[in-house]
Amino acid sequence: MNALASEIVRDTGAVSAADLARGGHFSGTIGDITTPDPRMVCREVNVWYGDKHAIKDVSLDIGNHQVVAMIGPSGCGKSTFLRCLNRMNDTIDGCRVRGSITLDGQEIYDKGLDPVPLRAQVGMVFQKPNPFPKSIYENVAYGARIHGLTNSKAELDALVETSLRKAGLWNEVKDRLDQPGTGLSGGQQQRLCIARTIAVSPEVILMDEPCSALDPIATAIIEELIDELREQYSIAIVTHSMQQAARVSQRTAYFHLGDLVEVGETTQVFTNPRHKLTEDYITGRFG
Amino acid sequence: MNNPAPAASAPPPAPARRTIDIVNASLKRRYAREARFRFMGASAVFLGLLFVAVLFGDIVSKGYTAFAQTYIQVPVYFDPATLDPDGNRDPQTLANADYLGLVKASLRTLFPRVTGRPQQRELYALISAGAPQQIQTMVRQYPSVLGTTRDVWLIAGADVDMLVKGQIDRELPEADRRIKDSTLTLVDQLKTEGRIEQRFNTGFFTNGTSREPELAGIAGALAGTFYTLALTLLLSFPIGVGAALYLQEFAPKNRWTDLIEVNINNLAAVPSIVFGLLGLAVFINVFGVPRSTPLVGALVLALMTLPTIIIASRAALQSVPPSIREAALGVGASPLQTQFHHVLPLALPGIMTGAIIGMARALGESAPLLMIGMIAFIVDIPQGVTDSATVLPVQIYLWADSPERGFVERTSAAILVLLGFMVVMNLAAVLLRRRFERRW
Repeated sequence: MNALASEIVRDTGAVSAADLARGGHFSGTIGDITTPDPRMVCREVNVWYGDKHAIKDVSLDIGNHQVVAMIGPSGCGKSTFLRCLNRMNDTIDGCRVRGSITLDGQEIYDKGLDPVPLRAQVGMVFQKPNPFPKSIYENVAYGARIHGLTNSKAELDALVETSLRKAGLWNEVKDRLDQPGTGLSGGQQQRLCIARTIAVSPEVILMDEPCSALDPIATAIIEELIDELREQYSIAIVTHSMQQAARVSQRTAYFHLGDLVEVGETTQVFTNPRHKLTEDYITGRFG
Repeated sequence: MNNPAPAASAPPPAPARRTIDIVNASLKRRYAREARFRFMGASAVFLGLLFVAVLFGDIVSKGYTAFAQTYIQVPVYFDPATLDPDGNRDPQTLANADYLGLVKASLRTLFPRVTGRPQQRELYALISAGAPQQIQTMVRQYPSVLGTTRDVWLIAGADVDMLVKGQIDRELPEADRRIKDSTLTLVDQLKTEGRIEQRFNTGFFTNGTSREPELAGIAGALAGTFYTLALTLLLSFPIGVGAALYLQEFAPKNRWTDLIEVNINNLAAVPSIVFGLLGLAVFINVFGVPRSTPLVGALVLALMTLPTIIIASRAALQSVPPSIREAALGVGASPLQTQFHHVLPLALPGIMTGAIIGMARALGESAPLLMIGMIAFIVDIPQGVTDSATVLPVQIYLWADSPERGFVERTSAAILVLLGFMVVMNLAAVLLRRRFERRW
């Protein structure tokens, strides 16, 4: 770990060295990056898009049955970091990831590791609701179908129903499961996407600004849902809304220009930020 | 319209002009420019439509008569002495009997006053050279006609056909006209006796080509076109879509794939005859594919269509929003599943449009097929992809080269059929796009 850390310091040059000099834990983050019962453990993660160093030495734990909120100004790398957690960045040309990310102790960037089953374990909900242009039923059943999770039509029906129930959408769509998922309202579409994600029973759910395209009422419903889902899943959520982060999360991570500046209990970060940048962002001085 | 003029002409009283005045002053000029552009656009469209109308008018006016065929009713005595001298109805004897003599004899009976060899030769020319074949078929199907006299509608000769259709001017002096005065008298006599009739020309759609215009049909060319295009589609669609999918979604983006992309775009602009030369050199000379066949034609046309399909497919794939790919990958679909379950179905309308446009181009192509021997004169209707065949455009080219008046109308009629197919294919492209277009 030390060898790796020093190598990265050399790589990134003065900025990281200066950050390190700021004190604190790994790579200059203020606050406790660890959590007692971690599901995913990220250490010294670096991401480059071509020559652009998008994520610099970020270390963070995603705890079990916990919601971790990632906040920060636009372009700070929070979405990039989120997309590292299920290797969605693999699909982007010129994107390189260095560092260590483990899921239940298994290194997910191992050469031999297949990202396909990983993404079944680490599900993702995207910024813009993106249901498949198929029926509501097919949307939820798709993951189970391709992974062969069910053995019969009845099992699949039951899975679709439980998933839609967990996503709080069942009562609204039970009579029109055969209608296209794209015909639902924005909030319903996003809950359909959540149902689709939990239908493959992932261990971790990543949410990339899941409410940014939704109206306040739909947002409130999704936020309630996130709180319920926490009992079964580990959740990492990127959000632009600090109120949302404060409402749904237990821990909050503040990103700034690719650095993870501060991590802590949500209440502590919002009431008593320790870093100047965090304080400025939270009090609305920039961002 | 009146406002800007006074404002522009009276600057002194208002030293500080308001923005609205400046805007108003320029308004007239801006609208005039817009009107000019609209006028040019509209007149271009009008001119284009005019040309299309003239073209269609010309083809239809020349070609519609080919859909009718003149028949002459002749009482034929199915003489058992000629057809079946042994009296045992042996099919072999019946097949080889002298039907031409029978037709000639029937004509002589109908016009007993025509004597002398040259006059009789004119008499025989009333009836098509295909008439004996017609009689033979009749005898084969209904052997009971032997020994009886029946009124049979025989196909008229090409010149009579032209005369009845009004394509030969009776007012011209005899020396300038293909039909002599004596024949005119014969035809007029037949007309008054009600022995001349025009019927729908089914032979045009069921016969292969022929040296005799009245017997020539497009069935051979249609079958050849069908086999060639079906095989072209079968070859170029999967390969084209597969290539587009690989290049667009899977291939690494580097100098090599850039080079390939540039070359695919260039290939789409290569003159089609070059593909014909390639087919001749590679498929026929190196691989020994039989020439003049739909097989080699389809190989060449598939090469020609591939760039079109690849370019259209790549554009269609590119227009599928990345959110769909992310959604599929996000639930753990493999890249191939993502493509085949989600991206490809969404891109399909665009891909099919491209494919159909490519096929429509292949349908109208003749130049490359000339190079691989599909220009041969083939009377038989091809039964498979390895039979010698020709295709509609080449058939049109061949007929357009024939001097007979009868081929002029058939050329136009064949063009009409070809255009009909083009319209149907393009319509299919539009309908498919409408039908499968989905929103996301």
